[in-house]
Amino acid sequence: MLEVKNIHAAYGDAITLHGVSFDVQPSEILCLLGRNGAGKTTTLKTVMGILPVTSGSVTLEGEEMSSLPPHEIPRRGIGYIPQGRRLFPELTVNQNIEIGLMTRGMGKDTKEWVLELFPRLRERLKQTAGTLSGGEQQMLATARALCLRPKVLLLDEPTEGLQPSMIALIRDVILKMKNEGFAIVLVEQKVDAVLQVADRVVFIENGRSVDRATAADLKRDPQMLTQYLGV
Amino acid sequence: MEFGPHLMLASLEGAVIASVLVLTSMGLSIVFGVMRVVNVAHGEFYMLGAVLAWYVTSLLGGHPAVGFVAALVAAPLLVGAIAASADRVILKHLKYDPDRTIVATIGLLYIIQQTTLMTFGPDARPVAPPFNHRLALPWFEFGDSGFAMYWPWGLSTTSYKLFVIAAAAVVLIALWLLITRTKIGLIMRATQQDSETAQAFGIPVGRVYSMVFGLGAALAALGAVLVVPIQQAHYLMGADPLLLSFIVVIIGGLGSLPGTVVAALLIGMSDGIISVFFSPTLAKIIATFLVAMVLVWRPQGLFGRSVP
Repeated sequence: MLEVKNIHAAYGDAITLHGVSFDVQPSEILCLLGRNGAGKTTTLKTVMGILPVTSGSVTLEGEEMSSLPPHEIPRRGIGYIPQGRRLFPELTVNQNIEIGLMTRGMGKDTKEWVLELFPRLRERLKQTAGTLSGGEQQMLATARALCLRPKVLLLDEPTEGLQPSMIALIRDVILKMKNEGFAIVLVEQKVDAVLQVADRVVFIENGRSVDRATAADLKRDPQMLTQYLGV
Repeated sequence: MEFGPHLMLASLEGAVIASVLVLTSMGLSIVFGVMRVVNVAHGEFYMLGAVLAWYVTSLLGGHPAVGFVAALVAAPLLVGAIAASADRVILKHLKYDPDRTIVATIGLLYIIQQTTLMTFGPDARPVAPPFNHRLALPWFEFGDSGFAMYWPWGLSTTSYKLFVIAAAAVVLIALWLLITRTKIGLIMRATQQDSETAQAFGIPVGRVYSMVFGLGAALAALGAVLVVPIQQAHYLMGADPLLLSFIVVIIGGLGSLPGTVVAALLIGMSDGIISVFFSPTLAKIIATFLVAMVLVWRPQGLFGRSVP
């Protein structure tokens, strides 16, 4: 499905990724783990074309993504929930959803589907996104990305700053998406939350993918967690 | 003429200035709001609109209305296309860096101005209005025998000046509908609020920027086509609209469209009234003094939001 091979990327002259590789298949959750500043968010931004790939490749179902204009990447079916939600704060909930629907020309059935997943958003459709609570904003960010009906969903710290009940809701939605056949790449700081949902884990250190393991192996032997995260 | 009718006459002149200014300033404000580019060449797009309006009308000949309608369509489209091309060729390659785009648009200002001088010459060119009937205006006074209406000598305007006010209002409403009610408007607002995220949702940000830069220039050109039957077109006429547009967007709040409209009406009306009663120079002095006061006491402008 999505295959990332030895990608390098830079912010201006500063090289920040020095070789990250991973792949993710349908109905699978792959988690990128690493310390702050290791390059996890940069990896997702590079896959989305926000940062250009200087070498290496990103392919979706065999099609090279890194040579496409950045706005074509979501149109091919890669959905993105950025860190900090990055909603359009002065647009209404409905307009944020419309932007998501426009990306791949989805219609009312998709809108109904996401509003059934997050019924609270239906009550807030005319409210501007910037006035929502943190939990509601995360629901909207997730709903907006799901409006693409993406093949692959990239989530960057979706539970950051949320209360436990909201974290549980987001986790349930992620698992539901997995069961519906989505390939999911998750960046998350909370190791416990990762081990509850992830199938596989790739460790990122200093802009490189340095190790990988299954979640089941990490639960049995957390030595890698200690080595790469100090937990 | 007594003070009341004189004030009414000055207010009408002010309303005409405000109508043109609101279109020109909206162009500058939209470009800054969406792209964060301070377009120093904006006044030259206005000038180009006026000169092209003269060129189109003189090319077509015949009844003035034919040439004027053709200019009303052709000049904004041509100027918009030139601006969109300038965006693709220059601003895009500077990655819309705020400092470098200021320098680049200063360069663009001189390129447009000097090319116009070389092509069309230094003369001021008149454009005949499509219609221009003189309309006497009534005045009301409360006297011993109640309300009385009379027609003071000299209190009049022209049908064309009223048309300028009405046309600017129609364009403004159309622009508001475009921004708030259409898919293009939604895309523009999303790009304005977060261009990186907009791109992650399939919005071709580069194309949106070109369209917005073209739209901003086309609005300036439209204002110029409307004004050119009142003022003559010449290659140095871009300086005043540029200064006044900057004054308007600073007072209204950079990027705030409601603020731009209110400030344009305020500055345009006061410019008209002060010019009639005192002098146009005093009007400019007061407007620039007002900008200085706004920058000191409310740097985000009357309707802008402060950056935390």
